[in-house]
Amino acid sequence: MNSPEDWSAFNKVKTERADPLYQSAKTVHNKRIDGPFRRFKWLVMLVTLGIYYGTPWIRWDRGPYAPDQAVLIDLANRRFYMFNIEIWPHEFYFVAGLLIMAGIGLFLVTSAVGRAWCGYACPQTVWTDLFQHVDRFVDGDRNARVRMENAPWTLGKLSRRVFKLMIYLFIGFWTGGAWIMYFADAPTLTVDFWTGQAAAVAYITVAILTLTTVILGGFMREQVCIYMCPWPRIQTAMMDEKSLLVTYKDWRGEPRGSVKKAQKSPADFGDCIDCMQCVQVCPTGIDIREGPQIGCITCALCIDACDKVMADIGRPRGLIDYATLEDCEAEAAGEPARPAWKTLLRPRTLAYTLIWGAIGLGLLFALGVRSHADISVAADRNPPFMLMSDGSVRNSYTIKLRNMEGRPRQMEVALNGLPGGRMWTETISSENAAPRQDFSVPADQTLSTRIYIMAPAGTEAQNFTLDLTTLDAQRETDSSETKFSAPGDN
Amino acid sequence: MANEGSDTNTPATKRIDEPTGTEFVGHEWDGIEELDTPMPRWWLWTFYLTIVWGVIYMVLYPAWPLIEKGTEGVLGWTSRGQLAAEMDLADQARASVREQLARTPIEQITEDPDLLQKAVAGGSAAFKVNCVQCHGSGAAGSQTLGYPNLNDDDWLWGGDIGAIEYTLVHGIRQQGDDNTRFSAMPAYEGIFDDAQTDAMVAHVLSLSGKAQPNAVGADLYDVNCASCHAADGTGDRSIGAPNLADAIWLYGETPAQLRRQILAPRIGMMPKWEGRLDPVTIKMLAAYVHSLGGGEDFVEVSADYADALTVEADEQP
Repeated sequence: MNSPEDWSAFNKVKTERADPLYQSAKTVHNKRIDGPFRRFKWLVMLVTLGIYYGTPWIRWDRGPYAPDQAVLIDLANRRFYMFNIEIWPHEFYFVAGLLIMAGIGLFLVTSAVGRAWCGYACPQTVWTDLFQHVDRFVDGDRNARVRMENAPWTLGKLSRRVFKLMIYLFIGFWTGGAWIMYFADAPTLTVDFWTGQAAAVAYITVAILTLTTVILGGFMREQVCIYMCPWPRIQTAMMDEKSLLVTYKDWRGEPRGSVKKAQKSPADFGDCIDCMQCVQVCPTGIDIREGPQIGCITCALCIDACDKVMADIGRPRGLIDYATLEDCEAEAAGEPARPAWKTLLRPRTLAYTLIWGAIGLGLLFALGVRSHADISVAADRNPPFMLMSDGSVRNSYTIKLRNMEGRPRQMEVALNGLPGGRMWTETISSENAAPRQDFSVPADQTLSTRIYIMAPAGTEAQNFTLDLTTLDAQRETDSSETKFSAPGDN
Repeated sequence: MANEGSDTNTPATKRIDEPTGTEFVGHEWDGIEELDTPMPRWWLWTFYLTIVWGVIYMVLYPAWPLIEKGTEGVLGWTSRGQLAAEMDLADQARASVREQLARTPIEQITEDPDLLQKAVAGGSAAFKVNCVQCHGSGAAGSQTLGYPNLNDDDWLWGGDIGAIEYTLVHGIRQQGDDNTRFSAMPAYEGIFDDAQTDAMVAHVLSLSGKAQPNAVGADLYDVNCASCHAADGTGDRSIGAPNLADAIWLYGETPAQLRRQILAPRIGMMPKWEGRLDPVTIKMLAAYVHSLGGGEDFVEVSADYADALTVEADEQP
């Protein structure tokens, strides 16, 4: 390897590249198409954008002590509201569980129907689709847009480009504007936002999301899917011969040739007439006939395009179709196609469904049985105990009483297992010291207070519990064990 | 070994991948080969942008370490400066509370729960800076070193919030302060013989039920000790004479420790904080110490208290 000849060979390879080091992205000018998959895509876009823009405006009555917004991530007060579910920070495992379900849900969808997430529901796909429709609205369909791109910079082109950018910014602004509504009361924030009263972070967030939406949806588009997103790479590893793909059936289509040639000698040509419709409608600008590839998000617009052409030239539909590699092999060999349910109901999809469902049921169960009142105790360690002038021993503790109901509650805390023990607080005078004390805990809050517990002279170090009972119809209970320290213990 | 397992490093064998039309990079591991796909141009621009960002950042902010100190950056930003600005902001936010505390007489602070809570919080912070060196971070003091425990209900000089503030302001046995709290326990070394001392120790312990009473000790106590510590041993707060009849011992409760305290007493001192801490901080400290669990209700100090103090101080040699 160290001989000069070897190095020269190495250098030669480096200088004689066939490809350039870098290449500019070519703008994809995808053609308008109509068909079942396109209409399904419209529907998904309507639903997903509707959910995104509409959710913060749904009201949900939770009484006078909690916000009435159905979905609210209240960072300032550390509460997460989702319809009748309220999540506190210590219950963040619910959110973690939801994220795990989302992840396994993606696995499930991928193993059952391939990259359906990428093709229909991914925000990058939905917004890219939206921006491509804006392009079509401003500049016309594919041919007009290609002409426009190659045209010299006239006043007309400039004004159209500025107009288009304005629409991009408008969409980006509404995207960012809808985002912040999830973090504060939407109607109030809207008024505050337009009157300049909202927090700086609201304006900064909207500005950043406006920019990222315009950059990612307006300009980067399929580059995000091909170069930035890790998901296509992960999916590649999850694909097998039973995964549903958008596939060009080359045994039926090849060799391709024009309609005229094919009419002259039908035996020499396949069904593909090389009309390039599948390439022109593709939102990521790939040629599906080259086989499965990372740029294919399986949006199936090429299926719509090809089916239309096949109908026009009187051939059966499905030259490009959703199919598994196994199906393709079977079909190429002339065997009958397997029924679709066999593709969907495989051990793998069933396993994912089971795991997904088990986590979901587990979360629901945990949500159903969770307590809405609890107590936690932390003994003061410095000093651990205090000898009083009459020889009795005092310990102090910090207790936290958590009230997860949307109304103030009275709670009783009782000493259990500390003979002669009495407790008081900074607000309950030591003259009223007693083995049990009542606390009023504000709605949806944790009351943190220091308590003193005194035991008679001669009490030895021991464990005891503080028992919590809510003084209402529910009578929820909780208890927390802690230690009473005394002289001679250290 | 060169080109083991692969022979694609030379131009002669340079190959193009058929489906993509892209060149192979030229290495291969167990049949897996890498394509030399061109990078997207925007990626290159992003890289240039990060460089531009880095240069701008280096100009604006401290960046390059030099021999004496680093480059300062044209914005003049420093982490210390940022801290100072944040501390200023915090001080401004506290200004109204401090003003309110300055206006409120010390005995009335306990009547306003909200103000009291803020004063206790401020006092807690000030305590950790100024007081923990002797009284300990939990304010439990030290029997070995003779620093009083501030959590209990046993007060040498009074446990209401006003008395605590007075102690803080003037200190205890602080030289140079005429109003400081002052008293002294005489040393009985050479005055009592061994047997008398033992009898004294036994009598003092008997006051809190820790030993049998004895007549010799009782007589000696009545003559020598009762004037300050009172006949029943409950002490006298106006002169800081400790209560000998309770369970709490400043310097220890073993006969040896008591013997030492009678023959050659240790006498503690606390510095005055007037002039070192501002009045509001002292008020907050008083509120904090009062809140530790042994605080007593405010008692109006009689007019002759200060006089009595002066007399005591004057009597000292």
